[in-house]
Amino acid sequence: MNFLDYAPAPESQAILNLRSDYGLFIDGQFVAGRGTPFPTINPATEKPIAMIANANDADVDDAVAAARRAYNGPWSRLSGSDRGKYLFRIARLVQERARELAVAESLDNGKPIKESRDVDVPLVAAWFFYYAGWADKLDHAGLGPNPASLGVAAQVIPWNFPLLMLAWKIAPALAAGNTVVLKPAETTSLTAMLFAEILQQADLPAGVVNIITGAGNTGQALVNHPDVNKVAFTGSTAVGRAIARSVAGTDKKLTLELGGKAANIVFDDAPIDQAIEGIVNGIFFNQGHVCCAGSRLLVQESIHDEVLDRLKGRISTLRLGDPLDKNTDIGAINSAAQLKRITELTAMGEQEGAERWTADCAIPENGFWFAPTIFTNVSTSHRIARDEIFGPVLSVLTFRTPAEAIAKANNTPYGLSAGIWTDKGSRILAVADKLRAGVIWANTFNRFDPASPFGGYKESGYGREGGRPGLAAYLKPATSRHRSVTTAAPAAPAVSAAPAAKTPSARKKAAK
Amino acid sequence: MTSRQLATRMAPRDRTLAMLGGEATDANLRRYLHGIPGVDAVGLEQRAADLGSRSIKTTSKKWALDTIIRLIDLTTLEGADTRGKVRSLVGKAMTPDAGDPSCPRVAAVCVYGDMVPHAVEALGAAHSAGTDSGINVAAVATAFPSGRSSLAVKLADTADAVAAGADEIDMVIDRGAFLSGNYGLVFDEIVAVKEACRRPDGTHAHLKVILETGELNTYDNVRRASWLAILAGGDFIKTSTGKVAPAATLPVTLSMLEVVRDWHRLTGEKIGVKPAGGIRTSKDAIKYLVTVAETVGEEWLEPHLFRFGASSLLNDVLLQRQKMTTGHYSGPDYVTID
Amino acid sequence: MTRLAIPKTYKLYIGGKFPRSESGRVYEILAKKGDFLANAAKASRKDAREAVVAARAAVGGWSGATAYNRGQVLYRIAELLEGRRAQFVDEIMSTEGVSAAAASAQVDEAIDRWVWYAGWADKYVQVAGNANPVSGPFFNISVPEPTGIVAIVAPQTGGSLLGLVSAVAPALVAGNTVVVIANETMPLSAISLSEVLATSDVPGGVVNILTGSPAEIAPWLASHADVNALDLLGAGSLDWVDLQIAAAETLKRVLPPENGPDAATPSVDRIVAFTETKTVWHTKGLI
Repeated sequence: MNFLDYAPAPESQAILNLRSDYGLFIDGQFVAGRGTPFPTINPATEKPIAMIANANDADVDDAVAAARRAYNGPWSRLSGSDRGKYLFRIARLVQERARELAVAESLDNGKPIKESRDVDVPLVAAWFFYYAGWADKLDHAGLGPNPASLGVAAQVIPWNFPLLMLAWKIAPALAAGNTVVLKPAETTSLTAMLFAEILQQADLPAGVVNIITGAGNTGQALVNHPDVNKVAFTGSTAVGRAIARSVAGTDKKLTLELGGKAANIVFDDAPIDQAIEGIVNGIFFNQGHVCCAGSRLLVQESIHDEVLDRLKGRISTLRLGDPLDKNTDIGAINSAAQLKRITELTAMGEQEGAERWTADCAIPENGFWFAPTIFTNVSTSHRIARDEIFGPVLSVLTFRTPAEAIAKANNTPYGLSAGIWTDKGSRILAVADKLRAGVIWANTFNRFDPASPFGGYKESGYGREGGRPGLAAYLKPATSRHRSVTTAAPAAPAVSAAPAAKTPSARKKAAK
Repeated sequence: MTSRQLATRMAPRDRTLAMLGGEATDANLRRYLHGIPGVDAVGLEQRAADLGSRSIKTTSKKWALDTIIRLIDLTTLEGADTRGKVRSLVGKAMTPDAGDPSCPRVAAVCVYGDMVPHAVEALGAAHSAGTDSGINVAAVATAFPSGRSSLAVKLADTADAVAAGADEIDMVIDRGAFLSGNYGLVFDEIVAVKEACRRPDGTHAHLKVILETGELNTYDNVRRASWLAILAGGDFIKTSTGKVAPAATLPVTLSMLEVVRDWHRLTGEKIGVKPAGGIRTSKDAIKYLVTVAETVGEEWLEPHLFRFGASSLLNDVLLQRQKMTTGHYSGPDYVTID
Repeated sequence: MTRLAIPKTYKLYIGGKFPRSESGRVYEILAKKGDFLANAAKASRKDAREAVVAARAAVGGWSGATAYNRGQVLYRIAELLEGRRAQFVDEIMSTEGVSAAAASAQVDEAIDRWVWYAGWADKYVQVAGNANPVSGPFFNISVPEPTGIVAIVAPQTGGSLLGLVSAVAPALVAGNTVVVIANETMPLSAISLSEVLATSDVPGGVVNILTGSPAEIAPWLASHADVNALDLLGAGSLDWVDLQIAAAETLKRVLPPENGPDAATPSVDRIVAFTETKTVWHTKGLI
């Protein structure tokens, strides 16, 4: 027998107890949406999993109103320590239902169970634990004594890490004393609805968290709603730009986590085996559906051939297939639309003259799949070197000197993340200083932690999630935004909409 | 000439000297070994942990359990070893599961040099004695486990074991010399011991070079010592004596497998790897199989290229094996002790 | 017999040089009482473009200088301003029509503001940065870094010198470079400040001062792809929502207008507002 064809090791779905239909979670109850429900499908089989409610504008109004009532009512009367206790409860419930959440996530999203089990869900619990402890320590958030919550937070999250992005959004918002209306991505609502059940189990006061499902227009209605005070969005730069435009002139505080085209820089003195792992993890983790994916490999020209040779060998051991199999490394592409985009961009890469190599792996008959792919002979002007592909596709470029590596790494409108591989410590520090990116991994890649701020430079967005800055993004100073010289303390993220006298035209624009 | 051409066209000793750019002096070896890319401990350990999380089930697990047995060097290395103990060990090696004749035999028994005659005698016709079938006798030598003796004693130790019928010699390197940068001395000793493995008919006992990774301490040292042992002519590189903690670990073994993979890329030669000490459960051993298969390839999962140095591992594998055969859990009274 | 005075020619300040507007345009600066004081250069969109080029060229040097050095350079501005306080007092009295005491107080406050912000240069990182206790063998640290080029609309009301300093100084602390549109009707102290900057240790291009119409120039800066942040501090009477919408195109960081006596109160917030938090993960391996 061929040992490497490991026998199937599927994670059992018996742990799941899914409903056939999911409503909206508003004011602590599941209610029917007034839009047309839509199915959520398993991208590995294209089979429907459940029907998901579709929130229309009236549903959005209801959700925001429920959040406002909860904000004005029970939630603001709670002490910080009691808010924290709810978050601790949620963290524990997530741990207790971890296996179920992981299976549901892989089923709905297509990501390998080993990732949902070992990365996504443990981080979800960690995020709630971390921010739970902040809830009664807000004086130390960096905004001076007695900082105030913002009010109702409108949160729109993407499909690549459905439950984890939910945790990144909800945990700090609640710790800071806000209430929430969250909209999951259209293709990945399932675990958010399971999370709503967890909120019921935790006995969280009604309306503190409301989860409304739907497509882009639901999200648009939510972020444009006049009664929200904070907008937090993770997703594409195009949508982020539209949101930044739509909140212009309003008092809404805004955090945006957008796209990226990270450079993963490998110097000739890199710990080579770990660098190869880092390259693989950087671009093939979660099928490359990662905003901070190391999608541009910048390799020192002197070791280009050797790195590529080793990389191809390593990629050939990746196992693509059933996301619920515990040995699967590469799962399904999340949707037909995303598969189309990846296919189009890679076709363009070939047209533009880059050399394509694709791992020789069997592609399942049904579902959405894309085999790990590398492009060599890529130049900085190629679209595959500039556009975010959001798939398992690596573009390889070369450099000769550290200065050239830095220049090429920074030569993008994005600035979310970067990787540096070298055994020379002083070079790591110097290169890290010069990279225009919000998260830099030195001799590692794609690490996340609730204590570690995450977010981008330039068109990768603004504001940070994680750590103390992630908390400050949901707070404002006790009185006015600016304090006297003597009480000045570290600040909220760059973008805040402090109350300002507005011209009539500003009001008009804000409303449109 | 590229390094790959250099490596593949020349005779082993000439090749090593050409790769070093001169004689195997401390300075030349230092230049070569310190030019090898470093190891990032966090990344290495993460990779090992990932490999260890593979889920091996049903038919794959059955194959894995049998393969583990076939790869075991069943070992006794005690001051209290006797002829009786060795005979008992050999009996276990030949018939691991008394109740299941389909159970494979282990690869070798591993004993101290003075126990070799007893092992050979006990094996009788089951002794491979230079053939491809049967059970090998491996002897630890060179003042195992510390290696603290004169070269003459180490060579005599080796020659005695070979003369007594040992098919494999497990030597220890001089860790003190290695750690003090005396790479030339370590190299020369391996070369000399390899020569002492030669039999009158020109064949030689297979040489396993024990690095004692627990004393080398760092992954960079393990990697350099692995290259050094291979350059000097070792047929196998082995993690540990089993007398020093930590003995074999998955990250250390992964690191050594990466060297073996790179040597194969460079020369086309296949070097064996033997983690020894501390591997006691089937679950752990399967992690090693996965690591071998995904690092150097499945063809390494053969006794001439991979071994487990172990004693208690065998019975745990047998219990698992019985569970797979009968469908219910077994107990220690249903496997024999050696 | 009185000596015939030599009127001063007021120009733009771009890249450490004093060019006229490429458009050749000037506009009249009148005293509070309505008398002609001077002609000021009326900057065009192309002047704004040149200013951004100069500001970009200066980012590397200024952000790469040590924090200690930036602090000293900013403090040096205060020293030079102190030496020329009489000139600033005169200009403020004539353009703003305030008493000598009020003008004097404004200059003092502007000088003190430079001193206050200068002191932050080597401290704000310690206040806004963090060592992050992540769960794993990693050294993880977050530090604020300058955003890049900050385009500023200086306050158009209130003290013309103090408003300008309150907007420019905090942006400089972290190592950003600045393109600032001065108070349109009262630009003299901005122009004089540029002369102070030119003779100080501030490298050319770090501060670029445009005089003219904010309504005309600001949209070009708000939409300029190479500008990283937009401080609309003094844009309250402009169509600033449009500016913010334009800035969204390249996801610029935007601070909204502020009005009233508390506008641009000195605060470390104003420093940190034009920084980006960079988090670096390093592996920690002993063996």
